[in-house]
This record gives sequence, structure tokens and C-alpha cells, in this order.
Amino acid sequence: MKNRVVTWTLAASALGVGFGWAASAYAADTVKIGLIMAYSGPFADTANQMQAGIDLWLAEHNGEVAGKKVELIKKDTGGPSPDVAKRLAQELVVRDGVDIIAGFTLTPEALGAADVATQAKKFMVVMNAATSVVTEKSPYIARTSLTIPQVNYAFGKWAVEKGGVKQAYTLVADYGPGHDAESSFAKGFKEAGGTVVGADASPVANPDFSAFVQRIKDANPEAVYIFIPGGAQPPAIGKALAERGLTPPKTKLFGQGELTLPEALESMGDTAKGIVTTFHYTMERDDPLNNAFVKAYRDANKNRSPDLFSIGGYDGMHLIDAALKKTNGDTDGDKLIEAAKGMAWDSPRGPVSIDPETRDIIQTVWIREVKEVDGKLQNVVIDSIPNVKDPLHGAAK
Amino acid sequence: MALTETRPMQARAWIRRQSRWSVYEVLFWLAALLPFYFMPTYLTLASQVAIAALFALSVDLILGYAGIITLGHAMFFGLGAYCAGLITKAGWGEPLTGLLIAGAFAALVGWIMSFIIVRVRHLALLMITLGLGLLTAELANSMRWLTGGTDGLQGVDVWPIFGRYDFDLWGYTAYAYALVVLFLGVLLARRLVNSSFGLSLRGVRENLNRMPAIGSPYRRHLQTIYTISAGMAGVAGALLTQTTETVSLDTLSFQRSADVVVMLILGGTGRLYGGILGAIIFMVARDQLSDMNPQYWYFWIGILLVVVVLAMPGGILGGLARLVGKRGA
Repeated sequence: MKNRVVTWTLAASALGVGFGWAASAYAADTVKIGLIMAYSGPFADTANQMQAGIDLWLAEHNGEVAGKKVELIKKDTGGPSPDVAKRLAQELVVRDGVDIIAGFTLTPEALGAADVATQAKKFMVVMNAATSVVTEKSPYIARTSLTIPQVNYAFGKWAVEKGGVKQAYTLVADYGPGHDAESSFAKGFKEAGGTVVGADASPVANPDFSAFVQRIKDANPEAVYIFIPGGAQPPAIGKALAERGLTPPKTKLFGQGELTLPEALESMGDTAKGIVTTFHYTMERDDPLNNAFVKAYRDANKNRSPDLFSIGGYDGMHLIDAALKKTNGDTDGDKLIEAAKGMAWDSPRGPVSIDPETRDIIQTVWIREVKEVDGKLQNVVIDSIPNVKDPLHGAAK
Repeated sequence: MALTETRPMQARAWIRRQSRWSVYEVLFWLAALLPFYFMPTYLTLASQVAIAALFALSVDLILGYAGIITLGHAMFFGLGAYCAGLITKAGWGEPLTGLLIAGAFAALVGWIMSFIIVRVRHLALLMITLGLGLLTAELANSMRWLTGGTDGLQGVDVWPIFGRYDFDLWGYTAYAYALVVLFLGVLLARRLVNSSFGLSLRGVRENLNRMPAIGSPYRRHLQTIYTISAGMAGVAGALLTQTTETVSLDTLSFQRSADVVVMLILGGTGRLYGGILGAIIFMVARDQLSDMNPQYWYFWIGILLVVVVLAMPGGILGGLARLVGKRGA
């Protein structure tokens, strides 16, 4: 210990850069949770939202899980880099001595850290990272977010069975999540008897949608399924579709929740009316638990609304708390993951549980339609599909 | 540059003097062993510092010595990383041969690219390296069947070194392995720059037009050093793959190309150890600063960069060397 401080002092002065370094005392009545997320870089906002969800849960519970004080150790990956995530996980285990590893806004981060969780036998809670395969990478992983196939496969079936659509055209962003969304929606859609009349992929960054939309118009489908990243793209595609008359009710528009997040709805305006989306969390859903969550979140975050990352973090903390209570505060990885299996609770998003076999979340998929409520556009829940499992687990092998 | 000697005997003596090991160098390598004893919980960080240092060294060879400015060198780092990962997926997880194959592959691509590189200078060079880097990254993204796309390559399995030393959780093997490879890289780089070949590279950097005039085939020299540099960057990438058993698109990213240039500018270009020192400062600062504030740590790196560039034009090593009153530590 002394040597380390001395060496560090020497190193720091030699480099001409001073760093503060303090070891925190280890106490048995605290639980150390290491958070690995992309706090900086282009994905920083998702990490902020997740952190706010975690902080809100802690604030509501006196900063304690299972009666023990929580110490959060935050580590920044800066982006989708599994090598950095793996190193950070190793450091969290060997240097900081954490009991639980959590966070993971991006899939590569979770995949990088998974090996460490296995080697060190640490409970690992994935609070976003939505690629199906993540939970299969380590027997110590449980996930509290969603998988893209989970919400889209069920949605594809719903579109035929209840949405009354027989043929659809798909347009997705040309990257991993986009392809996952396209394949799972198309799978559900075809299994229920629908036909996909065309599939297209647009660039992830700064696409010009006019050519893509023109191709959709030429194909003249009954419905269009869209998956694009949130931010500036939803309004852009909304506008492009409206310009060519491809709007509901003439042409049905389907998508995953990002398409109609509140910010997107604001800039899309009336062209958004009638868009049907699928998601695991609907902020506007009228439910006492959800209303309280949304209100508390807005109060704590300068009126910013919670999103899927916030709810992932919030429920992740709940899972850690509940699992620890079940083990009577024992932080042993094997015991915690056993405790987490089959755990069920009521979340602001609806009833959820952890699948005992895949350690992935089972939850209600909400089908929402954009409608005008009190002069404001909102996602109104029009249907729900309860207890949806990820359809890919086991199927990939 | 005190290259005033003209007679061959003096030139040879000058080269020999330059390639002598200085006491600072010996001290540096001894200090590199310290983490094993005093900071065992920092070994995984130390291994990634060593990898970044090797990468920075490879860029220093072309940027610092030959004057080839680049914003796309992560291309070779990433090619090496993916190559090493794909070899293990094909069923050959032996690390040492994997390292060599990955390095050779990156060098081969570097050699092909060098035909374009030597034809342009300055801003055009910057644009071409940047463009090639971005193209490679996008190519890897679209070849999902091979690279795993945004999720990264899955199923990388590296065998223990010599069949004995497994890559452990603490990072003992990883750091020892990375350090040895870095040392070999420095030996090679020392030999290269302290030779007539190295001098002719500096000649290209200082005055391109005079080199053909004195009969030096500068294009061939530039191609050679670019190929070597690409191979070294590939080895660094392969090291990262092997020590972390992960590969992602991030290895090819523009961010990595830019970071390595930041490291070089911090440490000082054209000094071999400048890139290494820059890598140490950058990675350690990143680690410590992001612990203090995970959101805004890059701010401090920016401040550091501005201060170094304004106060010490030769980088931190250049500044230190001036303090010691001796050129090139």
C-alpha cells in the first residue's frame, strides 16, 4: 500500500501531471457496484440517461441495496470498445474489489466484460446492450433492458394478426441493430402469413431519405416498417414520407419506439399521427407506478423525460437489490445469479421477470399509436402482448 | 540537426554514437518492470499502455522521422487486430505465430498502400490516409459475416503463450508479453533510425527536393518505412486482440488514429521514446481523469495538449531534453 502511493507520487511528479489517487476503505456493510458505460463520446447521452435511472432508484432507497450502503464506481469506455470494457472490468475486480458489475449501454462493452464476469465469478447486470447473444456469453449475466428481436418479432406477428396488414416493405438503418430488427420483424410477419414486398437499408449517419422513400412509393406497399436511430432521423424520414403521401391511414407506418420518442414527435408534427410502434417501455402509459416514476425522474433531471435507458438502469438496480435480499446480503456471484433467476417484479414499464433459463428479461411488449391527446401528440397504448421472451435464444445454435 | 560532418569516418562514428544506449534508456526499461512489483492491480492498464506505445512508435517512424503525416494509421492497427482474431477463429490460437502473421498481413497492405502514399504530400496526404482509414472501417462494418459488424468479432480464443502462460485476470502475462514485444519493437526502431537509411528518411523530412538531387531514391525509402510501420501497427493491434480476446470496429476507428497522433504530439515526435511517453501520459491520464469524472475527462487532455504544444514545441520529451541540456533522451 505504502509502496504504491510512493511509486505513484514519483510517477506523477516525473510526468509533470498530478493525479489524485485515494484508496477507499473496504467495509463489509457496503456493496460496491462497478458501472461500465460510455460516459463520454458520441453515446454519452444514453449513459447519462441510464445513470439518472440508477441515481433515481438509489435516491428513492436511501442509497442502499438490501440494507447496505451502495458505493458506485463509474468507468468510462468512451464508445463501443470491448477491449477497454474488458480492462475496466478487470480493474474493477482486482483493484477496486467490486461485488457486482453493471451498466453496459452498448453491446460490445457487455461482450468484452462477459469473460471477466465468468473468470471472477461476479454477478453482472446488463442494463441496456440489446443484442440477443449477450446473456449467452457468461452464466453470470442477467439483463434488465430488452432485445431487439423480443419487441420486433412479436410486433411482426401482431401486424398481421391484429394490425390487419398482409404485405409490408422494410427500411432499416444499415448497422447491426437495424439488421436484427429487420430480420426479426420479417420473421414474425412471415410466420403469421404476411409477405415482405421489399427490404432496404439506409446509411446510419446523415442519410437522405428521398431516394429510399421514392422506392417505397414505387413498390406501393400496404405498410412500411422502419427502424432508424433516434435523434435527427425520425423527423427527416417523417417529412420525406409525408411529401410523397405515404402517411397513415393510406399507408400504415410501423417502427420501434425510437421513431416516436417525444423529441421526434415534436419536430414531426401532424405527419406522425397514426404511426404504430412497438416498445417495452411507454412513458405516457397511465399506470400509478409509471406516473410516479416519470414524475420523480423529471423532478430530478430538470424536467427531462425518462427513456428506455433510464428504465433499464432503474430496473437493474431493483434486480440487484432484490437478488441481494434473497441471498441475505451475500455478494457471491453464483448465489446472486441463482437468486436473480425467475425473479419477478412490477416495474414502471409493466410486469417483468428474469427467465430462469436464459437470464434474459421477460416483459410485456406495448403496441402504441401516435394520437393527439389534449392538443399534444403522444404514444397511446392500443394493445399489449404479455410475457414476451426473446425469440432467438437457443434458436441461434 | 547537427549533421555537419561530411567525411565518411566521422559519419559512421556519429551513427555509432547515436545508437549507444543512454543511461536514461536503461532506467526507463528498468522502470517498466516496476508495475510487476509495486502496482499489480494496474497491470492490465500497463499492458494496454505498452500496446498503445508500440502503436505510437510505429506512427513515429513515419511521422516523426519520414515526415509522412497520417490520420488513418488505425487502419493497420485494426487489420492486425482482426487478422489475429480471425486466425484464432480458424482454429490456430498460438499467440506468437498469430502475432507474426497479423503483422505480415498489415505490412503487406501497408506496402500496397505505400504506392499511393509516396505520391502525395501535406494536406493531400492527410486526406488520403484519413479516407483510406474510414474506408477500411466502413468495409469491416459492412462485412458482417467476417467481422461481426458493430458487435465485434466473437469467439476469439488465444492459447497460452508457450502452452504455459495463460492470460490471467490480473494481467501478468498480458503485460509481460506486451512489454517484450514493445522492447523488440524499440530495438528494431533504434536500428532503423540510427542508420544511413534512417538519416536519409530525415533528409526526406527536412527537404524532399534535395534528396533526389543527391542521388537518394526517396520514394523507395518512404515505401520501405511505411511498410515497416504498417507491420508494427499491425503487431500492436494483434497484441490487443490477444491480450483482451476481443476485436471490434473500434480498433479501426478514426478516434484511434487521432488519439495516437495526440500521444505523439504530447510526448514529442521523432524521438522514439516520445510516442512511448505520450502513450503512458495519455493512457494513465485517461484512466485517472475518467475515474474522477467519467463524462468530461477529455477536457483535461485537451488542456494538457494545448499547454504542451504552446510551452514545449518538441513535446514533453523535447522539453525534458532541453532541461537536461541534452538532445534526445
